[in-house]
Amino acid sequence: MTETTASSTGAVRVADVGRGPVVLGIETSCDETGVGIVRGTELLANVISSSMDEHARYGGVVPEVAARAHLDAMEPALRAALAEAGLTLDEVDAIAVTSGPGLAGALMVGVGAAKALALATGKPLYAVNHLVGHVGADVLRDDGSDLELPTVALLVSGGHTSLLHVRDLVDDVELLGETIDDAAGEAFDKVARLLGLPYPGGPHIDRVAVGGDPAAIRFPRGLTLPKDRAAHRWDFSFSGLKTAVARWVERRRDEGQEVPVADVAASFREAVADVLLTKALDACAELGVPRLLLGGGVVANARVRQLAEERCAAAGVELRVPPLSLCTDNGAMIAALGAQLVSRGRAPSPLDFGADSTLPVTVVQV
Amino acid sequence: MILAIDTSAGTAVAVVDRDGGVLAERSVADTRRHAEVIGTLIEAVTTEAGVVPRDLSAVVAGVGPGPFTGLRVGIVAARAYAFGAGVPCLAVGSHDAVAFERLSAAAGRSVSDAGGRLDSPLVVVTDARRREVAWTAWSGLDDDGLPVSVGGPALVVPALLDDATGASSAWPRTDPDDTVVSAGALGMLAERLFEHGRPFADAAPLYLREPDVTPAARPKTVSQ
Ligand SMILES: [Zn+2]
Repeated sequence: MTETTASSTGAVRVADVGRGPVVLGIETSCDETGVGIVRGTELLANVISSSMDEHARYGGVVPEVAARAHLDAMEPALRAALAEAGLTLDEVDAIAVTSGPGLAGALMVGVGAAKALALATGKPLYAVNHLVGHVGADVLRDDGSDLELPTVALLVSGGHTSLLHVRDLVDDVELLGETIDDAAGEAFDKVARLLGLPYPGGPHIDRVAVGGDPAAIRFPRGLTLPKDRAAHRWDFSFSGLKTAVARWVERRRDEGQEVPVADVAASFREAVADVLLTKALDACAELGVPRLLLGGGVVANARVRQLAEERCAAAGVELRVPPLSLCTDNGAMIAALGAQLVSRGRAPSPLDFGADSTLPVTVVQV
Repeated sequence: MILAIDTSAGTAVAVVDRDGGVLAERSVADTRRHAEVIGTLIEAVTTEAGVVPRDLSAVVAGVGPGPFTGLRVGIVAARAYAFGAGVPCLAVGSHDAVAFERLSAAAGRSVSDAGGRLDSPLVVVTDARRREVAWTAWSGLDDDGLPVSVGGPALVVPALLDDATGASSAWPRTDPDDTVVSAGALGMLAERLFEHGRPFADAAPLYLREPDVTPAARPKTVSQ
């Protein structure tokens, strides 16, 4: 069972005491088919089948390619997760599935599978929010530290860039801001392509940025000017940054000069990391929340993590970064959020829920 | 007993039995709500048929052809239900079910009646979106009452259907606006394939169309 306790500082600690419910989670919102199994806050299995390689030649996730891959991967992933957990389906107490947000056709594969599996096994089914799942992943850390709430959460991937204020994991999550154009991960992909680097861009930008000067080129920080801050205090924009990098590189090429790839990559990465963490730490300060949680695949980016550590240390904010395998999209985080709902005695979701590509973050359970 | 699921057009679900025929059948014609209704329909037919998962001998998925997004929902649901129930998941073409139902009716029988030969050609034509249709040509039923495919499945624009179907261009066709796939027929066809030891379809969906993608081009300039 999960127990939430209030500390003297007013923070609520989400801790596991004893054996929680065994929940199988299914995640298909983007290009990873994830099936995870948890017991309360204990991770038992985390199987991820990615179609990333199939998207590489297109330079980005192709929704139909992703959805086809989900169909092929679903049953093998279910089998592999149960084998990894050493459990039979009979030993599972509940099933959880991502209802949204995400790619509609991809989400539908998970929803269809989860409903049928729940009916065939007689298990209760919980339809949950993918973004809140990213926060829920943190309860699965095995270093003995507990997720404390409230927290500000910065979720950054190829599909989303969202800043959340999480007061309660199952029923009090607020969207502070999100990207108004490209996701940060998309900007990495597009700039990588511009520099002739393969997809996905993040790791390759990281690789070529080594030795580059992050201050060599001052690229714009989207929505940080005073005029933008009025309407988009916590929102992000990476479209202008992408264009600025493209213009800069083009001008160099037009002038017949060599493009300093390391400096461009380091400066671009610095602009992304700077704007992400400036806004996140501003939110911590303004809300009086001394905690920041990171989630999403961009957490793999070395500079984003490093800058987060520096800025959080300087601001006296506790930084929490779940292990990378739980930061990228996965089924275990969906199972973990499902287990929180079960532990709190929530009723299962009605059987007629759908895939909601724009599910708001305030809806933790559909 | 078999649980049959087809989402190649609307969402159709049935529980059938070799001896008892179609025990329960439900469908929703809406071609955009497969994920929403699939669970409720499965629950309704299994409840009405009074069947629990372990009573089933198999789950059968209609593998199309049909528009991809919806088609996948039924196939993944069939696979997951079979996995959960610990029974095999088998594949049957969705056009096969239409042909089986229409040709059985032409022979004066229901899909639950014992079969027999019928020489009565038919081209099953269903909507494939993007101004195309999917077609499969059938020459009739064989001695076991099973439909005999002689062409397709393939996609074509309606104006070129005669060219595409070739020798069968003069045969009666189903109207793509009025061709529904019956899960009861799909399930009874599976029972009959079982009974006569015939092969099932390949498990892969009949998409008949490559994903709509453009490989990433060379780096674009800002001005483009
Ligand atoms: Zn995600």
